[in-house]
Amino acid sequence: MTRPLLADLEVGQVVATRTLTFARADLVRYAGASGDLNPIHWNDRFAGEVGLPGVIAHGMLTMGAAVDVVVDWAGDPGAVLDYGVRFTRPVPVPDPGAATVDVSAAVGAVDVEAGTARIDLTVTADGARVLGKAQVLVRLA
Amino acid sequence: MVNLAYAGRTYPPTAPYAVGREHVRDFARAVGATHPAHHDVAAARALGHPDVIASPTFAVVVAQRAEAQLIEDPDAGIDFSRVVHAEERFTHHRPIHAGDELVTVLHVDGIVERAGLSMVTTRCEIAAADGEPVATVVSTLAVRGPEQPVRGPEQPTGAPA
Repeated sequence: MTRPLLADLEVGQVVATRTLTFARADLVRYAGASGDLNPIHWNDRFAGEVGLPGVIAHGMLTMGAAVDVVVDWAGDPGAVLDYGVRFTRPVPVPDPGAATVDVSAAVGAVDVEAGTARIDLTVTADGARVLGKAQVLVRLA
Repeated sequence: MVNLAYAGRTYPPTAPYAVGREHVRDFARAVGATHPAHHDVAAARALGHPDVIASPTFAVVVAQRAEAQLIEDPDAGIDFSRVVHAEERFTHHRPIHAGDELVTVLHVDGIVERAGLSMVTTRCEIAAADGEPVATVVSTLAVRGPEQPVRGPEQPTGAPA
């Protein structure tokens, strides 16, 4: 697998895109794997009682799935040194059906001396950003 | 209301959290991560890792157990049904791999009242059994006061935790 080189990167360059889909089963799987059993992610009645339109995806599922485009591009999950996001909007997950989340990863900054690049993620559902200030610092050769 | 006296508190180290190979794989599957280093020991070793390595957000599993010391403490006054997750950040000092025994120290870095919300920022310092720093997880929760709806159309920010 060819790994990207810092010297080849230009700020603003889009390095990866992916469309994620989350169905209810994906939320149940994430709940089990993460231990986050909050019923707003699997129980419509409960979600409604706390003022949500229905079941929503875990913010941490969106965060975790979005960074994977950077992992695959960088070629090593160990290259991710730092990753932070703000959660700006919930992602409702219909039943039946699935939510669609679009991820685009672009070069935000390159630090040749440190051997790192900052990759900025744009993560949207229905055209609105669901993660804000989503930045991934990766170590590259 | 959130108990402001908890700001600045540091908790004793947690019991070790054993990172299992199948859990690393299951978590990777759950976030759609197919990179071989999460699943295949030989592929991980070819990249210089001792075993399969965890996805970048796996540390949340370890961190949330430590955070429970604060969140499940009735005296802290955090009503989890009124909490939305505002921010999350992972700093990896080295990748987490299967076989790690991780010990976490929870710090309450800040509790700030802002526009009817209490913003609670915690920091988990996660280290290996020998004390080597592994990851720092900073999480900010927004806790709505009793007079505020948990969520309304006028409050689009934040996703429930």
